[in-house]
Amino acid sequence: MSSPSSHPSDPASNPASHPVSDPAVGILVTHGAMSQGMVDAVVKITGASEDVLVPVSNDGKGPDALVAEVAAVAERAAGPVVIFTDMGQGSCALAARFVCRDPGLRIVLFGTNLPMLLDFVFHRDLPLDELEGRLVARGRSGICALDREVAGANRPLPGR
Amino acid sequence: MPIALFRVDERLIHGQVTVGWGVRLDPSRYLVVDDPLATSDWEQDLYRLGTPSGVEAHFLPVDEARAELPDLDRMTGVTILLTRDLPSMARLALDGAMEGREVNLGGIHHAPGRTQVLPYLALGDAERSAIRMLLDAGVRVVARDLPGTAGVDGTRLAG
Repeated sequence: MSSPSSHPSDPASNPASHPVSDPAVGILVTHGAMSQGMVDAVVKITGASEDVLVPVSNDGKGPDALVAEVAAVAERAAGPVVIFTDMGQGSCALAARFVCRDPGLRIVLFGTNLPMLLDFVFHRDLPLDELEGRLVARGRSGICALDREVAGANRPLPGR
Repeated sequence: MPIALFRVDERLIHGQVTVGWGVRLDPSRYLVVDDPLATSDWEQDLYRLGTPSGVEAHFLPVDEARAELPDLDRMTGVTILLTRDLPSMARLALDGAMEGREVNLGGIHHAPGRTQVLPYLALGDAERSAIRMLLDAGVRVVARDLPGTAGVDGTRLAG
């Protein structure tokens, strides 16, 4: 009989719940030049080094080549891997699902945006399951519309 | 309803198909005709996860799909049929099964032995032979990555 602490659902036995010795590495897999553009933006804003968030584009790549490239980056990572994709459908999402099919410290987040990526840079040392929930929440909260009523208000300049 | 689109696309169900063609055709289902995929449940599940909500994805081996084409043409709703390579589509067209139909070449990427002929299409001997087989079987072949782009007639690509 297995002990309760060895049950897969028990947080104590789930590696994704453990503090990480190496911070997570991000892989951004997108259509076209989106991945390089977003990584450029992240680096410009945060000063992060290029090995923190690695861009991968599906341009010119068949399905096998794309999976191989994402897998190669994931396998070079010393610690957990967070794969970000542009959306939940398509060749990029499929490649991410393939690479994360085997158990391990890897998660996939679909539909990435810049607030999510910026938050990842500063919190990638969190346990993976905590990081996952945080990044999803941050991504969602980063989507909002301009408050037209406030934008149209006749507001005085500060100090006047 | 007759199958609306026969498309050769290495990436099968992906953004260009679900969005580019999907918005235009509003399919009820994607029918993937591929021998290896037809026997791999876990790969089928991965493709289904990437299929838009409300749209079905079915997987058939080539010979079975060819035998069932008349019935597949009678299904309600719009069907997009996909193969990942030209030889599979050519096999599907054997015995006059697709005479009078049109095949869309949408995406074959560069690989050893292939020459890039269009931004989205690289062809080698196997691909050109398959195009000729399709043409000989009375099938029209047109290369077009998206609905609004200009098509290239397959007779110009067969070599």
